[in-house]
Amino acid sequence: MEQVLVNGIYLGCQYALIALGLTLIFGLMGVLNFAHGQMYVLGGFVTYYVYGVLGLPFPLALVATAATLCVTGALFDKLLFRRVLRRGAREESSMLLAAGTALLLESLILIVFGEKHRGVPSLAPGVARIGDAFLPYSRIVVMVLAAALIVGFIVFMRQTRIGRGLRAIAQDREAALLQGVDVERYGMLGFAFGAALAGLAGSLLVVISGVNSGLGTWISIKAFIMVMIGGAGVVSGAILGGFILGMAESLGYRFFPGGETYLMLFVAMIVFLAIRPQGLMGKPWG
Amino acid sequence: MSPRIAILVAAAVLAWLVGVPLAVGDRPYDIGVLTTASALSVISAGVWLMFYIGRIHIGQGAFALVGQYAAAVAITKLGLSFWIALPLAGLVAALFACAIGFPILRLKGVYFAMVTLSLTEAARLSAQSFESVTGGPRGILNIPLPGAVEVFGLTLVPDFGEVNPHIALFCLATLLAVATFAALYRIVNSRLGWLFRSLQQNEDLASSIGVNVARLRVVAFAIGSFLGGIGGAFFLAVQQSVYPSSFQVQDSIYLMLYCFLGGLGYVFGPLVGTFVLFIAFEFLHGLNEFQPLIYALIMIGLMVWLPNGLLSLRLPGSGPGDGGGRPPWRRWLRRPENRT
Repeated sequence: MEQVLVNGIYLGCQYALIALGLTLIFGLMGVLNFAHGQMYVLGGFVTYYVYGVLGLPFPLALVATAATLCVTGALFDKLLFRRVLRRGAREESSMLLAAGTALLLESLILIVFGEKHRGVPSLAPGVARIGDAFLPYSRIVVMVLAAALIVGFIVFMRQTRIGRGLRAIAQDREAALLQGVDVERYGMLGFAFGAALAGLAGSLLVVISGVNSGLGTWISIKAFIMVMIGGAGVVSGAILGGFILGMAESLGYRFFPGGETYLMLFVAMIVFLAIRPQGLMGKPWG
Repeated sequence: MSPRIAILVAAAVLAWLVGVPLAVGDRPYDIGVLTTASALSVISAGVWLMFYIGRIHIGQGAFALVGQYAAAVAITKLGLSFWIALPLAGLVAALFACAIGFPILRLKGVYFAMVTLSLTEAARLSAQSFESVTGGPRGILNIPLPGAVEVFGLTLVPDFGEVNPHIALFCLATLLAVATFAALYRIVNSRLGWLFRSLQQNEDLASSIGVNVARLRVVAFAIGSFLGGIGGAFFLAVQQSVYPSSFQVQDSIYLMLYCFLGGLGYVFGPLVGTFVLFIAFEFLHGLNEFQPLIYALIMIGLMVWLPNGLLSLRLPGSGPGDGGGRPPWRRWLRRPENRT
């Protein structure tokens, strides 16, 4: 049972990181970033090349990943989403554009990195024992890094000028514009940060279980589930959703080793959404 | 629709049904492409109807899968004929839609989209988990081709095994598509169509003037899923087998794209979109590994430059070409021809 708890917390840290990026982009731009899972996979591959193939230190790989994904996110926003959003007709346009970017990124990843499953050498050999549970050191490193990134993100959003600007846009775009926030530039920054968070989550994963080009859609679905549980566009909701999903998955795999875990999760989610459509932390709407 | 146009449409359908087998009847692959495109347009018509009431539906693959499995179970386990299993599959999918629809249709916008996206995955997992009914990961194999239909000794439909099955399936797919889009046209131009448009404009306002919003959106969802189920069951006849991965998330997204490409404001949008995109897809086959990439670029380009779909392209001087009522988003969009 302790093993389940430990695994749940470990998964939760990673998932929360993924959900944070998605919710950031959604809150700022009103865009559901379909390509989130693909950004995560891209992050995994960048880390694989910098850390696994070139043999450079892991922190450098993290920086390279964050930089690559920042550029990707910013380009997506500048070249594609901004144009479509400016025309501003319907939600569907940006949704489909997002689905298009997901397909684009996935096929590019497949062409550039191939379809093989890639792993990297472990960060730290050895296994820790906590009560009856076993936890490899590398997982502890990943967990701590993920938690540090989450805390760092929250502090950044609360304490810095940019963070305040981003929160202002998420709260009320027009009011933020009237207060002199450069909405377009901050939107691009938000998109870049969101993408970077997804990529960093990916580079943490590659250390544990490796990465392959087909993972993207499944990660996106997981991220959507987390965001729906927690409430879209809310930071606390994303973190809570991440930990709930991590714990549920860990529990589920303990008792149902097959695919039933997610089936039950889907059913539970639909029932939950029937009762509370805005998620745990979301504001009521409609 | 005036009688003159009805006759023209009937003549065009007849010409298509006779002409295509004459032209490419000896090339099973080409005729298969047209068959698949027709059947996919039936499924994407269901997605289109959801767009019509203002919902983004990315889970149509789930209902197609439900339909395909329902038909497979009806044929293999219950020993029913394909011709009974086909509508039955639609009904089963519609029933599922009613059951799931009541809770999830309360969600709007991207929230609804996110739930429907996970529906496809849920359907795949269900197919894998309930082994006693669905055969688990191995699926259900060796489904016979559709048999003959005889009424009082008169053969209405020949056994597909005795004629050229490719042409028979092509005719069936075409007739299904024609029936689907005729029905859709009828729905959109009826009282129900007005009610659906009212949902798409503003559900609260519609509700305040006495439209039963909760029931109507379930009705739309059920009709859309019925079409998905029918289409799925048709693919059972084509593939003669069904697996949990017969319809995947990717397929659900493609179905949505077909609607977009044709144009959400036009009844025949999904038909045009499916044919153009699907046939283009076949042409790109030579480029193998770059196929999805080019496809993605087409899709992004569309959104950036042609957000209202192919049918919004009009030749100067031609009249309004859309079959359906005019949805309100046409007003919001600045289009060159509206400035004059």
